[in-house]
Amino acid sequence: MRYLISRRITQLGIIALYIAAHLWGLKILEGNLSSSLLLGTIPLSDPFAVLQMFTAGSIITMDVLIGALLITLFYGVIGGRMFCSWVCPINMVTDAANWLRRKLGISYIQKRVYMSRNIRYWVLGLSLVLSFLMGLTAFELVSPISILHRGLIFGMGFGFTVVLIIFFFDLLVHENGWCGYICPLGGFYSLIGKFSFIRVSHNVDKCTECMKCKDVCPEKEVLFMVSKFSETVKMGACTNCARCIEVCEDEALNFSIRNFIDKN
Amino acid sequence: MSERRKFILGMARAVGLAGIGALVWSSVLEESVHASLLLRPPGALDEEDFLRTCIKCGLCVSACPYDTLMLAAPGDKKPMGTPFFDARNIPCYMCTDVPCVPVCPTGALDEASVTTNGKLDINIARMGVAVVDPYACIAFWGIQCDACYRACPLLDQAIVLEYGKNERTGKHAFLKPVVVQDVCTGCGMCEHACITEKASIIVLPREVAMGRAGDHYVKGWDKKDQERVKDAHGGTTQTKISEKSALDSLNDDSGLFE
Repeated sequence: MRYLISRRITQLGIIALYIAAHLWGLKILEGNLSSSLLLGTIPLSDPFAVLQMFTAGSIITMDVLIGALLITLFYGVIGGRMFCSWVCPINMVTDAANWLRRKLGISYIQKRVYMSRNIRYWVLGLSLVLSFLMGLTAFELVSPISILHRGLIFGMGFGFTVVLIIFFFDLLVHENGWCGYICPLGGFYSLIGKFSFIRVSHNVDKCTECMKCKDVCPEKEVLFMVSKFSETVKMGACTNCARCIEVCEDEALNFSIRNFIDKN
Repeated sequence: MSERRKFILGMARAVGLAGIGALVWSSVLEESVHASLLLRPPGALDEEDFLRTCIKCGLCVSACPYDTLMLAAPGDKKPMGTPFFDARNIPCYMCTDVPCVPVCPTGALDEASVTTNGKLDINIARMGVAVVDPYACIAFWGIQCDACYRACPLLDQAIVLEYGKNERTGKHAFLKPVVVQDVCTGCGMCEHACITEKASIIVLPREVAMGRAGDHYVKGWDKKDQERVKDAHGGTTQTKISEKSALDSLNDDSGLFE
């Protein structure tokens, strides 16, 4: 539970800081997830948004460039795809949908709708192509993540309908449908976070093959080694959400710092 | 089926699906950015550049001390996440320190466009331009009202009063508000102050409200404008008709009665 609680605290804490900055001028974290100012000085920008701006033909200023590089460096070197499970507000929506899905047993009564995990990379590519062709930031203008996040800080309007769509899509159509298959930002961070240091590692000697970890994992492919051999999760798609660690009763899974030196 | 055939088919299918997605997505985008009657914060780039440059962070919105600026949410029917203001509700109060512009990280709000001699100058902002409806404005009826004139932060510069005689009564004056487009910043304080049920002076984006006579019109009475054609030189156009004098050409009835 401690990881789940810390994830929720991080997610809500970040939103709370943004709201406090907007409403009461508390200058710790201003702006929103697209671009913000940390402690009134350090710029932080969504690298995917900046990439879309660039392909759309906008002149990129030093501020957002530095901001985007800082974020890229953080997730690329340290966190991996942590944004998705530790920061993104949509994560709470899809987690709720999946929790309800498990409680209701929808996954068991439903025939599997086939979707490929690669859809997100196609959507990622499309958003860049459309940004280029239309001179707009294609994903930013429709992104449910931004709609929810901005909505919480600056006013929601009818944004809740988009959030409901995501919720019901994940509940009724496909398990982890949005985060695990479609979201291009998730795809983007999967690519960036491939080589990060913080990793989940599996110790096969302790594993009792209960497979609870695979049941709970939103990106099941990354745990292919479970019960087979000891290895660090290497795929970028792992969000470091630590659900597998929490569910494992044998301590066969834990966080580790990636060891780049080949042991063989 | 061979592996290669499978791969090619699979790719073709994916490309097709991506194409459908692209069409739906682009039409949604195209519709969503088609809100032309929209007032942007001071210093905003022109709409096309603004849309690709604004990162939708809301720092300008947070910086605005009057809650004038808002970020477009779904349902506002405006490009989502971009900042705008509704002048009738809360106009731009034209803060002299222009807090909303320097905070913009992307340059979508261009500091240079609201700076004169190295100092921020809100008076040169061009958020829009005020337009008067002379049929609904009661000053045009002959009733005394100068609410917009008095509300204008550039008093007697951006809105001037045009005096005229009220022929209906024979003894009263018209004091009609007239907007000076070169001076008006589009802050919307006039629209906010307008006393008619629905504002009779409204701020529109300059691109929407203003016409353009074209370069081929030269104001001969304006020395500076006349400068544009000082190097122009005349010439005679030679066509078949101009072979004869104009009079002869007009009187020539050859071929007319055949």
